[in-house]
Amino acid sequence: MGRLDGKVAVITGGARGQGRSHAVTLAREGADIVVCDICAPLKYPHYPPATEEDLNETVRLVEDLDRQCIAAKADVRDLRQMEAVAERAMSEFGRIDILLANAGIHSVARNSWEMPEDQWQEMIDVNLTGVWKTCRAVIPHMIHGGRGGAIVITSSINGLKGSPSWSHYVAAKHGVVGLMRSLAIELAPHNIRVNTIHPTGVNTPMASGAPEVLQQVDSWWPNYVSSYLSNLLDVPWVEPVDISNAILWLVSDEARYVTGTTLVVDAGLMVK
Amino acid sequence: MGKLDGKVALITGGARGQGRSHALTLAREGADIVVCDIAAQIPPVPFPMGTEEQLQETARLVEDLDRRCLAMKADVRDVAQLRGVVERALSEFGHIDILLANAGIGSYSPVVDMTDEQWDDVIDTNLKGVFNAMRAVLPHMIERRYGRIVATASMAGRVGMPNLGHYVASKWGVIGLVKTVALEVAQYGITVNAVCPTSVNTDMIHNEATYKLFRPDLEHPTREDVMATFMSLNVQPVPWVEPEDISRAILFLVSDEARYITGTALSVAAGMNARNAA
Repeated sequence: MGRLDGKVAVITGGARGQGRSHAVTLAREGADIVVCDICAPLKYPHYPPATEEDLNETVRLVEDLDRQCIAAKADVRDLRQMEAVAERAMSEFGRIDILLANAGIHSVARNSWEMPEDQWQEMIDVNLTGVWKTCRAVIPHMIHGGRGGAIVITSSINGLKGSPSWSHYVAAKHGVVGLMRSLAIELAPHNIRVNTIHPTGVNTPMASGAPEVLQQVDSWWPNYVSSYLSNLLDVPWVEPVDISNAILWLVSDEARYVTGTTLVVDAGLMVK
Repeated sequence: MGKLDGKVALITGGARGQGRSHALTLAREGADIVVCDIAAQIPPVPFPMGTEEQLQETARLVEDLDRRCLAMKADVRDVAQLRGVVERALSEFGHIDILLANAGIGSYSPVVDMTDEQWDDVIDTNLKGVFNAMRAVLPHMIERRYGRIVATASMAGRVGMPNLGHYVASKWGVIGLVKTVALEVAQYGITVNAVCPTSVNTDMIHNEATYKLFRPDLEHPTREDVMATFMSLNVQPVPWVEPEDISRAILFLVSDEARYITGTALSVAAGMNARNAA
């Protein structure tokens, strides 16, 4: 018997990386999964985009666990597309219990005052407004179901501290904390809990897949990146499953009175 | 198979309430338990504290789960007593993997009227007691290059609360201590975290002194009289959470699932934390 038997989870950005790990972790505990991903390149991210093959591989991994999985190509920047994902989840599974607003991008610019306007806009559109649109599309179904639920938004240690060369990312990740805290208050009467998770660097194509970009930032900000890159615990990054395990706890009944909080999984980086 | 098979956990303040719940939750996952409690009254505390009978009852409940339990009377204000507990635990079990620095007390007074005794008892128990427990157990954990420490702070460690100046200061202090020790011992494979509960359904809140603080307009307020006030502190529509809710958060923090979580303060607070910055 799993901790999430009979539940349905919607996960954005689930073609690979953390999103895929969350899908597999929740499925192993009995949840059926609805996963979406843009599966297309954006303008500024410095690492290769997820593909439709990646998304299909997530489906296969969930189905290998004898859970059902619906996958959709969808862009969190488009409310209509997110509503379509939510409607498909409802028509196929009849309920949504868990939402993981995980989709996010990263890009770098030397500094904030020379960053191209469309680079700023792309980041805010995906990592902040995309989270709101995901919530906007899914929450009405969760409320209507009347069974409560749990939402976890993926922020970052950069949702709690600043960094040079990606102020747009820092602003978006701080922004989702404010959204989370307000949603936690608004949704408490419906027994829907809302929390953010704050990883340090995770071993995924986004974070560990482009060391040359971090070297570039290191050359721009020589006094900064060495401290940024050194976790307190002796690991260069954490694994996707470490984030999934924390999320599993947050969405399970074991955390029934945990809402409105910011959970760091950062190998101790924030305490330094 | 449990998540804590073969582990040994030392829990301060384990005669009843949250400490007992932690003991049972960890034992259920396979841990053997060492539990201590002052099992005596500290005079200014306006509610009955744990007793020796309750401490023995914790041991019995752990043993009912087929785990071993060593129960000892000890005052966390005295590091020598805690070192004695650790020594005895090591001689019986050979190792200590987990420390839950849970023992805590409270009393009520505006700061302007607070006595030295009230201040000292709360600071010495809630803050120095955590410091003492860490000092007693860390040499062993450092030697073994492994440890999981969780200190019980409070939402009172994230905001101010009238009539609780000493308690609030002690709990903010615990979070600062936790973050510092996390830095000092990460190199030895030891994680150090705090949990921050809202009101918990234990004797610490269910007593006349607490009820009167919440309903000064009534001569003998009852549980029903104070529920709305307790509920108003939280965002989720519950007046208090259960000890088991804190235990489950602690179980997560001491399990391998949280291997990369250290130096953090985890709120289990029915959303009270959504309103404040920390």
